[in-house]
Amino acid sequence: MRPTSLTAYRWEVRKLLAEKRSYIGIGAAALLPTLFVIVMGLQTGGPYDVPLGHNLRHSGIALSLVVLTFASRFGAQLVTALVAGDIVATEDAGGTLKMVFTRSATRSQILTGKTLAAFTYTLVLIAALGVAGLIGGVIAWGFQPIVDLSGATLSAPHALALLVAALAVFGAPLLATAAFGIFLSVATRNSAAAIVGTLVYSLAQEAIGGLVHVHWIQTYILSAQFDAWHGLFRTPVDWAEITRGLWVSLIFAIAPLVAAFWLFLRRDVAN
Amino acid sequence: MRDPAHAGEVPVEARALVKRYGHILAVDHVDLTVHAGDIYGFLGPNGAGKTTAMRMLLGLLTADEGAVRLFGRDPHTDLPAALDGVAGFVETPNFYPFLTGRKNLELFAALDGGAASARIDEALELVELRERASDKVGGYSQGMKQRLGLAVSLIRDPRLLVLDEPTNGLDPAGIRDMRAMIKGLAERGMTIFLSSHQLAEMEEICSRVAIIRSGSIVYEGALEDVRASVAPRYRLRTTDQARALELCEAQPGVADATREGGDIVLTADEGTVIALSRTLVESGLGIAALAPESATLESLFFELTEGTAAQGAAAA
Repeated sequence: MRPTSLTAYRWEVRKLLAEKRSYIGIGAAALLPTLFVIVMGLQTGGPYDVPLGHNLRHSGIALSLVVLTFASRFGAQLVTALVAGDIVATEDAGGTLKMVFTRSATRSQILTGKTLAAFTYTLVLIAALGVAGLIGGVIAWGFQPIVDLSGATLSAPHALALLVAALAVFGAPLLATAAFGIFLSVATRNSAAAIVGTLVYSLAQEAIGGLVHVHWIQTYILSAQFDAWHGLFRTPVDWAEITRGLWVSLIFAIAPLVAAFWLFLRRDVAN
Repeated sequence: MRDPAHAGEVPVEARALVKRYGHILAVDHVDLTVHAGDIYGFLGPNGAGKTTAMRMLLGLLTADEGAVRLFGRDPHTDLPAALDGVAGFVETPNFYPFLTGRKNLELFAALDGGAASARIDEALELVELRERASDKVGGYSQGMKQRLGLAVSLIRDPRLLVLDEPTNGLDPAGIRDMRAMIKGLAERGMTIFLSSHQLAEMEEICSRVAIIRSGSIVYEGALEDVRASVAPRYRLRTTDQARALELCEAQPGVADATREGGDIVLTADEGTVIALSRTLVESGLGIAALAPESATLESLFFELTEGTAAQGAAAA
C-alpha cells in the first residue's frame, strides 16, 4: 500500500513534537498573556487605546483579545515564521530531503504533509495563547461580562464563545503568513533567509498599511485582516469585516502555496 | 515479495545522459548498463561527475539530455513508481539527528508504505545497529550513519541497491564488514551499483565497472576484461640486481624492466614471469621477492584518469 498525505503529515507532526524549539514557540505564546497580567499588576489604568482594553480590569475574558492585538503586530508572525520558514529548508540543508525523495511518497504528498503540519502548529500556537490568556485573565480579573466595541454588554458565556470564534478568525491571516513562509522555505532552500524573509514580509505589510493612505490598500492588505475578529465584537456582528478577513487571507495563502508546490514538484536536489 | 513482472528488466540503463551547470558540462553523454545480479563499480576521481550521474539515476536531478530507465521505468517522469524495487543513497546518508535510529527507520518506512516497517528489526540486525537503535542519530559516528544508510535502504527490500561511497568514514574493520554485507546482499540476488574510491575493495567485489573522467565514461566493462586489457607489473628483488636487470632485458616477453629504488619493476604475463624465475635461478641468483606490483584495476584507473597513453586502447 502506498503512503498518503496523511502519512507524511503524521510524521511531520512527530518531527515537530521531537524538537525542543517547537515547545519554545508554544511556550512563548502561552507566556505572553501571563506577562501581560504581571505588567498590568505593576501599573494602574489602561490599556485604553487597544480594542476591548477598557474591559481588562473588569473581566479576564478580555485578556486573550487584548493580547491578540499586540501579537498581531509582530510576535505571532515571528513564531509562525520560525516553523514555516524552516520546515522545508532545514531538510535541504540537512540532506534529508534527498533521502525522502527516494522513497515511495510523492513530492506533493510530502509538501502537503509539511504544509498541514505548519498550519497545525500555527493553530496550536493561537490555542495556547487563547487558553493561557483565558486562564490567566480569569484568575486575575474573574469570569465577568464584557462591553463590546459598540458599547453593548455581552454575558460572560457569550463573550467566551466569541473569544473562541475570534481566535479562529485571527488564525486565517496567520495561516496565510505561514503559507508565505513555506513558499520562501521551498524557494530559498535556506532556513534563515526564509524566516527573515517572512518577517520582512509581515513588517512590510504593517508599514504599507500605516504609511499608504489609500483606503482599498488599507482594507485589503493581509495585515489588516488580523483585526477582522473585531467584527464579532460589534452589535450587530459585522459579518462583512469577518468574511473579508477570511477571503483576503485565503487569497494571500493560496498564491504562495501554488508557487511553493510548483517549485517543489520540479526542483532538482543538488549540492 | 519481489515483483515477477519486472524480473527480466534491466536494472539500470542510462543513455547519453547530459547535465550542465551553466557552461560547465558535469556529465557528458554517459551510457551505463547494469545487468541483474551485477555488483557494478562506478569509479572516478573527485569532481568527475559520479554523484551527479547517480543523482540523475535516482530522479533527484533532471537530465538536460538523454534517458534513464530503472527496470524499464523513467525516474524523471514516473516517480515514485520508477523507484519501486530501488533503494540507496547519494553522498552521505542523512537522518534527523533529534530522532533515534529506530524512529528514523520508522519514518522512512512509513514513507515507503507496504511492509517496510516489518523489516526494520532485520535491517538493524544486519547492519549491527540493534543495540544503538534507541540512541539519537545526532550521537552516531560517521560509520554508524553509513550503516544506518544501508539499513534504511534495505527496509525497501530492493532489487537494485545504489550506494555512493558506502565505506566513507568506516575504519578497516568497518570496511571489511561493509564489503561482506554487500557480497552477502549480492548473493541473495540483489543488483548493486556502488561508487567508491577504494579501488582494491572494488576489484575484490565488483563484477563490472565503469570509470568516469571529466563527466565522460572512459571505460565500461567486465572486470575480467580489465585484467585482460592491462599487462600485469611485477616487482623483483634478487641477490644481484645488476645481473638480474640484464637477464630481464634479455628475457623474451618482458617489457619495461627498470630499476625503481632497490627493486626491478617489469611488465610481463604470468608465463613469462615463471620462465624468468627459472632463468634467474639457473644463472645462480637468489630470488628474495618476485610479486605482482599492484592491482590491475588501480593501474587502469590511473591510466585512464591521469595518464593519456592507454586511454584509447582501454576505452575501445
